[in-house]
Amino acid sequence: MMDKTLRNALPAREASERIKDFFEVSPGFSEQTALAEAARCLSCKNAPCMKGCPVGVHIPDFIAALRTEGAQAAAAVISADNNLPAVCGRVCPQENQCEKFCIRREKLGGSVSIGALERFVADHAPETEKRRPAPCGISVAVVGSGPAGLSCAADLAKAGAKVTVFEALHKAGGVLEYGIPEFRLPKAVVDKEIKALEALGVEIRCDEVVGRSVTLPELMETHDAVFIGSGAGLPLFLGIDGETLCGVLSANELLTRVNLMKAYREDAVTPVPRGKNVVVVGAGNVAMDAARTARRLGAEVTLVYRRSRAEMPARAEEIAHAEEEGIKFELLTNPVRIHGDEKGFVCGVTCVRMRLGEPGKDGRRRPIVVEGSEFDIPCDELVVALGTTPNPLIKSSYPDLPTTEKGTVIADENGRTPIPRLYAGGDAMTGAATVILAMGAGKRAAKAILEDCAPRA
Amino acid sequence: MERFEIVSKRVLAERVNEYVVYAPDVARHARAGQFVILRTDDEGERVPFTVCDYDRGAGTVCILVQEVGYTTKKLAEMNAGDRLADFVGPLGNPTDLSGYERILLIGGGIGSAVVYPQAKQLAAEGRPADVIVGARNVSLAVYTEEFKKLARSFTLITDDGSSGKKGFVTDAARELFEAGEKYDCVFAVGPLPMMKAVSALTREFGIPTVVSMNSLMVDGTGMCGCCRLTVGGKVRYACIHGPEFDGHLVDFDEAISRSKMYAADEKRHMCRLTGEVR
Repeated sequence: MMDKTLRNALPAREASERIKDFFEVSPGFSEQTALAEAARCLSCKNAPCMKGCPVGVHIPDFIAALRTEGAQAAAAVISADNNLPAVCGRVCPQENQCEKFCIRREKLGGSVSIGALERFVADHAPETEKRRPAPCGISVAVVGSGPAGLSCAADLAKAGAKVTVFEALHKAGGVLEYGIPEFRLPKAVVDKEIKALEALGVEIRCDEVVGRSVTLPELMETHDAVFIGSGAGLPLFLGIDGETLCGVLSANELLTRVNLMKAYREDAVTPVPRGKNVVVVGAGNVAMDAARTARRLGAEVTLVYRRSRAEMPARAEEIAHAEEEGIKFELLTNPVRIHGDEKGFVCGVTCVRMRLGEPGKDGRRRPIVVEGSEFDIPCDELVVALGTTPNPLIKSSYPDLPTTEKGTVIADENGRTPIPRLYAGGDAMTGAATVILAMGAGKRAAKAILEDCAPRA
Repeated sequence: MERFEIVSKRVLAERVNEYVVYAPDVARHARAGQFVILRTDDEGERVPFTVCDYDRGAGTVCILVQEVGYTTKKLAEMNAGDRLADFVGPLGNPTDLSGYERILLIGGGIGSAVVYPQAKQLAAEGRPADVIVGARNVSLAVYTEEFKKLARSFTLITDDGSSGKKGFVTDAARELFEAGEKYDCVFAVGPLPMMKAVSALTREFGIPTVVSMNSLMVDGTGMCGCCRLTVGGKVRYACIHGPEFDGHLVDFDEAISRSKMYAADEKRHMCRLTGEVR
């Protein structure tokens, strides 16, 4: 008889408790649960799960290693392909990747909890002594210390390259540091990954804005290759009346104040708006992060999205957690005007109802305004989470950089730009996407750099 | 020397200090009109300051700081030899007055620090500008000796008349305009109400005007949008599109309102620093 044991879901702290603080929502699997879940893996020979992984983690192998030898052995298997397992185990959209292809998904009790197992392995494997590889004679400058840059830097360093990472902010990690909240990705986890990278010999220079304090041509001159992994940091706004009122801010601003500047702490120097009634516009992961952050700062939160639930781009788990935490969803709703009081602070937003029409160019059904459906939502803070575009700073200081109309750097699938020795990957090349896709791009570019720059024998 | 070390500190006026900071990368690229963002320590906030001078050879950058809030008070406690946690830049775009021949520079309060490198550059280019500096009283005026040397004409005007001339910078400017002085451009830097008043005056006389917007910021690289303002009906970011804009197009009332967004928080922090009861 087929084994139909049910999937062990990742445990989560009670919603009523977790909205009072910024500690991690899930404590992760216990050893017992992890081993029970690992036992559910059928070790498929063709490993369908692997084709869902952008970095090609040998999933059945690491689960088998966990089962038979423990976390340390499993960690060794994962780290051959994934430079940030503790991060990916927490933030990857597994339901659309590895777990989507798991053979158990439909009829055998649900997909194996691969993400939760990856996290367990990363959290429980003892730190191993990192040996610095022998120098291979290549020096590389990496622009940006987010997922793409870190992943690229790690693979290069493992091959013996001399790598310097240039980070504009005062702390390394990119979106892992300023964007994703503590309750979803504890900063201690990010710090640990960055320390591991430094142990490989990678130098991280913070407070260096490429395009301002150091230019791309300078980096090209002093290094054998340059990788641009500067992300997509520029927030989009709605372009409607009232958007410059006090209390209207981008999700980037809210999250940066809270995550990077620790504004959620009572003793923090950096302030953050603490609205009582907050409207968040958007339905991606960043919108969920913003809504849940505002909730933890003490607000009643309404999330406004112009399409329906089926189109919400956020991870399923984030949507579920947001709902559990009391975030109210106003779907098929779009803001048209923001209102302010006499002091210039936001006091409400007028919205219209939408219905879904025919699919547009991107295949998603296009939202259409329902005539005469205007209504007001009172609020004292409004957070815009509509997505981001690449930062124009690098381009503005180096006009020769080949970019698309949208501002993304042009490069092939291995990160090679039309300019020799210049590579790019992650959101800077694709526009806003996921941590793991950026990591995959960083890895491929590292491989291309090593191939192209290897000293000729 | 380690980067971000304070090389020297000089008291220029009451509660106004000049800092020279060792930051070779910033110094190598800095130009007049740009700014830096600094943090005093690891718990500090990120605060922008305009670059008022730099020495590429020595790798140093000079900023002027008036004690007005939490971070500037903390800075006042730091001295030569101390090291700032962060000092990043140069951010924003350099001033571009290349298209103008006859220029009037107006600095209000600490804004004279932004005007100073312009005066220096214009003098070096052989087209010295007229300069008006305004302050609450004469003891708060900075770089007056330097301006006297660099400017075609120099006027110091104070709210209380302690400089010998009483009034606002707009009074002094109007005097020049009405005396028949012709300008291609006015470059005004200072508190928002002052830049608003100057822009209103120059609109009356039809003189193109550039102002430098000192918006609140977090990252200073276009990432957060905190510094956005409306210029000619369009939303612009002070950090990447500015900090300088056409004074006749800036929505100053909105900028003034946005500058007070965190006023209550700032007061709370000051209480913590001074030990006052909230």
